[in-house]
Amino acid sequence: MTTSPEILKPPVITTGPIGWIRTNLFSTRLNALLTVVVIALLYFLLRPSLTWLFFDAEWAAVTSNLKLFAVGQYPSDEMWRVGVVVLIVSLLAGLSWRVWSGVARTFARAGGVIFVAMAFVPLSLDSLDVEARLWILANPFVIGLGYLLARVINVPPGRLIIAWAAAFVLVLFLLRGSGWMPGLPEVRTTQLGGLMLTILLSVVGIVASFPLGVLLALGRRSSLPAVSMFCTLFIELIRGVPLITLLFMTQIILPLVLPQDTFLDFIVRDRVMRAFVAITVFSAAYMAENVRGGLQAVPLGQIDAAKALGLNGFNVTLYIVLPQALRAVIPAIVGQLITLLKDTSLVAIVALLDIVGIGRSIILGNVEWRGSQREVYLFLAAVFWIFTYSMSYASRRLEEALGVGRR
Amino acid sequence: MTGEERPAADDIIVCREVHKWFGDFHVLRGLSITVKRGDVVVVFGPSGSGKSTFIRVINRLEEHQRGDVIVDGIELTHDIRNVELVRREVGMVFQSFNIFPHLTVMQNITLAPMRVLRRPRSEAEKQAMELLERVGIPEQAAKYPAELSGGQQQRVAIARALAMQPKIMLFDEPTSALDPEMIKEVLDVMRELAGSGMTMIVVTHEMGFAREVADRMAMFDEGTIIEEGTTAQVFDNPQHERTKLFLSQIL
Repeated sequence: MTTSPEILKPPVITTGPIGWIRTNLFSTRLNALLTVVVIALLYFLLRPSLTWLFFDAEWAAVTSNLKLFAVGQYPSDEMWRVGVVVLIVSLLAGLSWRVWSGVARTFARAGGVIFVAMAFVPLSLDSLDVEARLWILANPFVIGLGYLLARVINVPPGRLIIAWAAAFVLVLFLLRGSGWMPGLPEVRTTQLGGLMLTILLSVVGIVASFPLGVLLALGRRSSLPAVSMFCTLFIELIRGVPLITLLFMTQIILPLVLPQDTFLDFIVRDRVMRAFVAITVFSAAYMAENVRGGLQAVPLGQIDAAKALGLNGFNVTLYIVLPQALRAVIPAIVGQLITLLKDTSLVAIVALLDIVGIGRSIILGNVEWRGSQREVYLFLAAVFWIFTYSMSYASRRLEEALGVGRR
Repeated sequence: MTGEERPAADDIIVCREVHKWFGDFHVLRGLSITVKRGDVVVVFGPSGSGKSTFIRVINRLEEHQRGDVIVDGIELTHDIRNVELVRREVGMVFQSFNIFPHLTVMQNITLAPMRVLRRPRSEAEKQAMELLERVGIPEQAAKYPAELSGGQQQRVAIARALAMQPKIMLFDEPTSALDPEMIKEVLDVMRELAGSGMTMIVVTHEMGFAREVADRMAMFDEGTIIEEGTTAQVFDNPQHERTKLFLSQIL
């Protein structure tokens, strides 16, 4: 073998679109034949759907009920609160764009584009009035404002997480209101509905079930038999029950077993809170098993090395085991959170009107919309897809940023 | 202290009649050894003879079930506070490096000083840079372990252990997982460390290193020390047939 001292560039393969088609679709006679057959099949299969989608579909059932889909039965006089909540999220998104960059930038920009598109969507003023359009149109500006604000003042990334957490509490308070606040009359949780309820259930479920799941996973591996038995029992019991059953059980059993007239009343008296409990507990049990898989993937040598440095058990877990374990199971965790988002539609079973429940009630509740099932469910599918795809996109970017598989 | 006689002041590690079982398997069978402050002890012997288990008992990564282990005057018992005290004074370097892959080289080294000794970050980082200079890779501070060669990773591991300013360093076959050209760079660091007066217990089969650096040597077989003595004694005049045979095989 002769050695070549100079460093060569890799060979360049020139393929335009035509080259790509030639190499991938028509490389041999058999492939060419298969390509033609598949295209013909696709044409016959998709033609009716596409004809319907572009020429026959009647979207009035969706466009006339945009407010219902967005917020359900939320009182019209209090709609400004929803507007403020969305503005708060937009402001934080703008700040995150500047501070975190990366995936936050993508989401902030995409959000801005979607808001502009919504504000100018060519619909009759009946379905989206000028006031609503102005509220929507304010958001891109607030996103930009957040971005500029973060350029002027220095916001540490850690501080921004705290801001998001604080905003979360503020948003819940603003939406619910309270009897003793002038100008913020109480809105009953059963009046929360539509996409807003779906997002609230998902976000609360995710925020609550993640730490709970991590604790359960750690507890299951604890060397204290009482702790590990309790956690195992909890996980296995919850995982053995369908979510629908759990939703019914929390609705009916929680008010019976929890004490009345205590600080727990906010759960006992409130149907949405009981649904939160069911979703959180259910998701946490699955989360725990995902995290446990990650914990088992951390080599024992890592724990030995950390102990040998004098770190105590808590610090070994916090700084060495958990970061590596969670990194290893990001795809599984995000899959679990996507499932959670979709499963929130089951709350329709206990008479809460999330976005799917709203869709169903629109179809069933009005003769005018009876024939629009396809349009309504297609719309719902599109909304869910946007959210779930955003989550898996964020997860991929997070994996890249954390270098899963590289280090 | 349960022992009959108190250890002498410069006996930094005292093991008396130490027994240890893995299930039914009797790994350590009544092992006794005393290490003096500043000594470098090379431990060798066939695989499965309990060498690794022995040095893991010294910082209680393994628990012994019978006998006494006293490190710098602290007896290792089930009392977790004693265990953590001892671990602060005993650094350990592993065959498989066990560098933390999710942390940079700098973070690997500063983690324990910041979390255990509560040093401020600036001080911990300054000390870490000094240690990286000492092991010869200051330019790698910001990198992640996966970007380093095996020899560099092992040197980071040594720096990480030294950052706790230990009185004793344990080395568990530190060069066995390395390519030949990287063995030297790690042994050089260890040689320098021995020269600085550190008490070291080294499990290794690098006999050139042992002859040059070790003060004493201990031959392990079937869970106990069958021969212990100064380096010259063990190399030039081994008493035990097993030692003679083993040395002839690896030299």
